[in-house]
Amino acid sequence: MDLNDTPEQAAFRAQVREWLAAHRAEAPPASGSAEDADYIAARRAWQRKLAEAGLAGVTWPREYGGQGKGPIEQVTVNQELARAQVPGILDVIGIGMLGPCLIAHGTEEQKSRYLGPMLHGDEVWCQLFSEPAAGSDLAAIQSRARRNDDGSWTLNGQKVWTTNAQFASFGLLLARTDPDVPKHKGLTMFIVPMNAPGVTVRGLRQISGEAEFNEVFFDDVQLAHDAVVGGVGNGWGTALTVLMFERLTIGSGAERYGSSDALARAIAADPAARRDAAVRRTFGEVMTELLAVRFNGYRALSTLAKGRIPGPEAGLAKVTLVNAGIRATDLGADIAGPDALAADSEWSYLISFLPGLKSAGGTEQILRNTIGERVLGLPPEPRLDKGVPFSELRSIEKEAVAR
Amino acid sequence: MNFELSDEQELLREAARGALSRHRTLEAARAALEDPDRRLDLWETAVSAGWPGLLISEERGGAGLGGFDALLIAEECGRVLASVPLLGMLPATAILQAANDETLEWIAAGRLRPVYLPARPPSELEPGWTVQPRSGHARAAAPRARAEGDELVLDGEVSFVPDAPGAELLVAVGVDQGGEPLAAVLQAGADGVEIEPTMRYDATRSLAHVRLSGARGRRLEVATETPADAWYLAQALIAAESLGAVQSCLEASVAYAKERFTFGRPIGSYQAIKHELTEVLRQLENARGLQYYAGWARESKPDEFPLAASAARSSAGGALDFAARAMINVHGGIGATWEHDAPLFFRRAQLSRRLLGGTHDATDRVAERTLATAA
Repeated sequence: MDLNDTPEQAAFRAQVREWLAAHRAEAPPASGSAEDADYIAARRAWQRKLAEAGLAGVTWPREYGGQGKGPIEQVTVNQELARAQVPGILDVIGIGMLGPCLIAHGTEEQKSRYLGPMLHGDEVWCQLFSEPAAGSDLAAIQSRARRNDDGSWTLNGQKVWTTNAQFASFGLLLARTDPDVPKHKGLTMFIVPMNAPGVTVRGLRQISGEAEFNEVFFDDVQLAHDAVVGGVGNGWGTALTVLMFERLTIGSGAERYGSSDALARAIAADPAARRDAAVRRTFGEVMTELLAVRFNGYRALSTLAKGRIPGPEAGLAKVTLVNAGIRATDLGADIAGPDALAADSEWSYLISFLPGLKSAGGTEQILRNTIGERVLGLPPEPRLDKGVPFSELRSIEKEAVAR
Repeated sequence: MNFELSDEQELLREAARGALSRHRTLEAARAALEDPDRRLDLWETAVSAGWPGLLISEERGGAGLGGFDALLIAEECGRVLASVPLLGMLPATAILQAANDETLEWIAAGRLRPVYLPARPPSELEPGWTVQPRSGHARAAAPRARAEGDELVLDGEVSFVPDAPGAELLVAVGVDQGGEPLAAVLQAGADGVEIEPTMRYDATRSLAHVRLSGARGRRLEVATETPADAWYLAQALIAAESLGAVQSCLEASVAYAKERFTFGRPIGSYQAIKHELTEVLRQLENARGLQYYAGWARESKPDEFPLAASAARSSAGGALDFAARAMINVHGGIGATWEHDAPLFFRRAQLSRRLLGGTHDATDRVAERTLATAA
């Protein structure tokens, strides 16, 4: 049981810290709007510098421009970036999830074409999985790719909740290529150029009024035969690789959370709140939960460092974090009173943002189903879609509603 | 970075589980509710496993292990609701070890059993040292201590002291006229010491009200942090016991949810049950992360131990409360019957949350410690 660096890790940390000390003046601010083109350009340039210094793609193999290091070193970089109060890479989704999927399932041509520009921020990527009618039940997607006679593909459909689509060069897209087999079987993963004719990106306004995510529409988009990743009909397995890398990022945990820091400052600055037993009780409970997430993050990381993959229970950290964030925000806003809801208040943004986060990456309810079944071994829910060809599913669902 | 158990720690835990598995602890927990004499005395088991000397140095005859290891043993005891007096004994040995006291060899050998009289360190809203009151919401003042040569003369009462009945030595924390804490070790049979055994709801826990009236003990020369460290060690130990009990509640509930059918389906296939049990798991995992934090902090980051131990107590206390109720819910009516094990864990939860200052006091301490560092 030891949270300290080994001599090798300490040397790596010193090297990272030294580079950041020398270059932190060149970094853009840690936060800014995705709709501000200048800010995004500055973040791309910063990612390039990080990549050249070996601070991006830390866990990628060396042959693809990475550092070939382990998850502990990735966390070291994250910690040092936070310590230096500078932003990290812009394309977290590409480098953290989609790049590793290409490394695992892509052809040599795909790897040599796409990985370098991704790493250096020249080409940002987005993840085109969720649809209006397929979120937690991802395999229910309806976006359809049909094979043309010359082996190319024609894509139609709609994706939603797409981060970074406004300025992404490519997207990794899950589409249905065979509706006449059960829903997990007829899927294929594609690389989609976001500037292809027929691709439309539209900002998705949320509760706050801001558009942090996008909807993406595909109208007869033509894809070359070599746009397929991981083989036709293997899309589900390829998607699971992406989702696994998503889970791995959980353990690389932040050590501080904006909402709880702001809450602590708000209580400390308000003598009446500070002496209020109910405020202290809620605050103590929230901080206890956040401490638990932090130290469970270290447990998950220790598992990863030994080459094992943390189980689905690691997903419980997300449930804890989001709910603790909601409680922290509500308490902070309660202390401030109606002023908390002013447009420029630090609380009003969080109040608007957090309810939707409960469903991000799969709803809390679906996550609890998965963990109940995979970790606790509880029997599954009865379901209508097992073994049924996707094309027949809609009529079975309609029948069930009519019954 | 390595935040997993070492091979030695795994072995220690397995050995503890093995030693405890030879006793029918749950049966005894139920029987003792009707006849306190049937409470299973596991002192011999504790002594042969070397638990009295867990925190005593090797040169003084102990095992020289750390707080982390002690928490693993406490977790195993909690898992089967075993009546092993760790909660009273280990904080006492921590103070005696800090004073390098002459009784250490005797304690490590199991010849003398000490008990800690818990005293709560001052806090933002409660600036003096306090102890558990006999009744009511207000905390009682810690015993007054007056130095006379090498001795301390103590006056005051500490209520609901875990494991006090039958202990040979008392390790007390009192405050001098300036409000500073002083520690002393007293003979349980000394003049002016009155130990009134009592029991509340959970028959596996032996409690007593301890009254000191001009009682004299040997003053223990310890660092100023030592009395507070003992309090937080007790918080971490009761957290670890609770965590072990949560694990048992979850295992039993999951097993039942797989085999009990309603409307042609195992009840564990219903989301209402599944989500309640994953909530137990969530709270269990959080409590475990914090137990590791507490164990690690006591060895490697003593400044953070008060925060870590308080967070562990807050988390595990809440988890046991939830898990014990969930165990009753999931089992339906049978879970609320005398013959079932669920009420035994429920009884443990109900008493634990109110001992040693109470679970909510630990939560408040987390708030206080965090606010103290908020800029």
